Amino acid sequence: MLEVKDLHVTVEGSEILKGLDLTINAGEVHAIMGPNGAGKSTLSAVIAGKEGYEVTQGSITYEGQDVLEMEVEERARAGLLLGFQYPVEIPGVKNIYLLKAALNAQREAQGLGEIPAPEFMKLIKEKVASMKMDTSFLQRAVNEGFSGGEKKRNEILQMLVLQPKLAMLDEIDSGLDIDAMKVVADGVNSLRAEDRAILLVTHYQRLLDYIVPDRVHVLVDGRIAKSGDAELARELESRGYDWVQEETAA
Amino acid sequence: MSDVQSDVQRFLERLGEHAAGRAEAQGPEPTWIAARRQAGAARFEALGFPTRRDEAWKYTDVRGIARGDFQLATNADFSPATAARLTLPIEAHRLTFVDGVFAPALSTLDDLPAGAQLVPLSRALEENHEAVGGPLGRLTGVEFSPFAALNTAFMEEGAVLRLAPGTVVEKPIILQFLSRAGEAPAMSHPRILIEMAGRSQATVIEHHVGEEQAANFTNLVEEVILDRGAILTHYKLQEAPLADLHVSSIHVEQARDSRYTSFNLNLGGGLVRTDLITELNGEGAEANFNGLFYGQGRQHVDNHTLANHNAPLTFSNENYKGILDDRAHGVFNGKVVVKRDSQKIEGFQSNANLLLSDRAEIDAKPELEIYADDVKCSHGTTTGQLDEEAVFALRTRGIDEQTARGLLTLAFAGEVLEQVGLDAIAERVELAVAGKLPERFNLAGLVETAAALSEE
Repeated sequence: MLEVKDLHVTVEGSEILKGLDLTINAGEVHAIMGPNGAGKSTLSAVIAGKEGYEVTQGSITYEGQDVLEMEVEERARAGLLLGFQYPVEIPGVKNIYLLKAALNAQREAQGLGEIPAPEFMKLIKEKVASMKMDTSFLQRAVNEGFSGGEKKRNEILQMLVLQPKLAMLDEIDSGLDIDAMKVVADGVNSLRAEDRAILLVTHYQRLLDYIVPDRVHVLVDGRIAKSGDAELARELESRGYDWVQEETAA
Repeated sequence: MSDVQSDVQRFLERLGEHAAGRAEAQGPEPTWIAARRQAGAARFEALGFPTRRDEAWKYTDVRGIARGDFQLATNADFSPATAARLTLPIEAHRLTFVDGVFAPALSTLDDLPAGAQLVPLSRALEENHEAVGGPLGRLTGVEFSPFAALNTAFMEEGAVLRLAPGTVVEKPIILQFLSRAGEAPAMSHPRILIEMAGRSQATVIEHHVGEEQAANFTNLVEEVILDRGAILTHYKLQEAPLADLHVSSIHVEQARDSRYTSFNLNLGGGLVRTDLITELNGEGAEANFNGLFYGQGRQHVDNHTLANHNAPLTFSNENYKGILDDRAHGVFNGKVVVKRDSQKIEGFQSNANLLLSDRAEIDAKPELEIYADDVKCSHGTTTGQLDEEAVFALRTRGIDEQTARGLLTLAFAGEVLEQVGLDAIAERVELAVAGKLPERFNLAGLVETAAALSEE
């Protein structure tokens, strides 16, 4: 589904990713872990199309399409969705506006008409309830005055409504207490499907107790230094990252 | 004779013709009215129309009014179907004027609570002209501006609202001004007088709207007297046709503990100038000025506000937002004046403008004059474009850039609309703003969805 080959990315003149390779197939959940500054967030930002990242070498292919040639909104409509570590507050734009506009944009790209209002209402209420959110959230401005946990839930709510093919979640666990983490993890787990992939970017193993990944990658100094299964995450939790760095250097 | 003089003379001639007609039909007027008319006419003749050399009119060119040849309407005929379409769908007490002429058929004046009087000015004068003569013109005299002088010379119709102590009018009061498309452009000089006694409460919605092809001139003067503890929420919803010309002054006097909240919502009209002034004369008096203007095409919207803190412990709070597209021109001139010895007052003022086009223009001028030393005041104005980070965040959800910009523009207006207590007005204005955005934004459906959800 997603193939990243020899990806080199420069931010403000310094190289952050230095030849990253990653293949994600449909139905899989991947976790990218690594120490701070290894380039974890850069990867998801580049895939989502954030400005300020210069790809100097390599490629990103999603379902046979060159991602780097696609507009930001095209990527989202094609099913590539990023959940942000720090969701932006959008004063005055009601959540419901964002959800409806985004869903209709996606449907339009798929050649479908606008979603009928009753169907939209039904869908939205169901998803809001599954995230244990109150419907009053829909009338509130996107992330404005939300607590850290509410912002993260809101990111997952958008995923549940938009049903991406590849959901990328950047540090979705940061700032969450254990109850909120469970709600978020349940939301993410409900997205698991044969035809969908999930990419988790996280610093801590804790999240992976709730969302068990198929593959775990350790990102060190701009490259995948080690890959393994869920067991690798537990090893990182007990041993830290230093040994991977040493192993790589050796 | 210069053009400027001939412009003034044309208006005075119209006044003379009209006065002759009235004298023939109704006999002589009470002397005080005749004297005020004369004073108004004399003042207008001496001043002439303002030009851009006058500081208060620096950004607004009124030659479109001065050069016009406007007739005074003689009837209030208006298609009931059109009126029904234009009117606000709010259960209310309603006074309707068509090009300034009172329209009884489109008015609902029954079931007012005891202690409330709401009548057209002509009837108030008939019933007891001396009771009107006292307050009328006390706040807005002929000196205020050439337009106020002109209004005084022509004044004949309008609305009088009087509330006895403690009277609470539950339903909103709508003063509806319909502008009619006709063979010749019409002018009207309505006069509104609101006197609210102690602890009385009301919501007044002044609604300017009309037939699309209309091109009339409205010159409104409004005086509001709030006695101790009186509370008035005053909407001015400007949805006049795009060729309409509109000049108005609203002058408010506030006694102790009174509260005046204004929503100046400007969507329509080709040229709209509003002066909003409050005199905070007693401790605890509070004024809230909320404003939203959306200009497109070549619309010109000029807002002048003034809060005079004449007593200690008085409060004013102002928030005006402007959105300007195409070649529209907006003006915000807000002034807060704190008199000597008016200690412990709070005066806040904020104005933010959004320019959607390179050729749109805003002149923003916040002013503070403080002659007391223990005060809390702030003012600020910003003009800019949309937050690019927010645009990006919306695009990452698949929303195209134009729609993202539309949503953010709607959100910008939303900050004022959140303060609007009447849902019917907030939704109408939000829908109008959504509809004014370029069609590709197609946001009206979104607004309707949100409204439907909130009603459940």
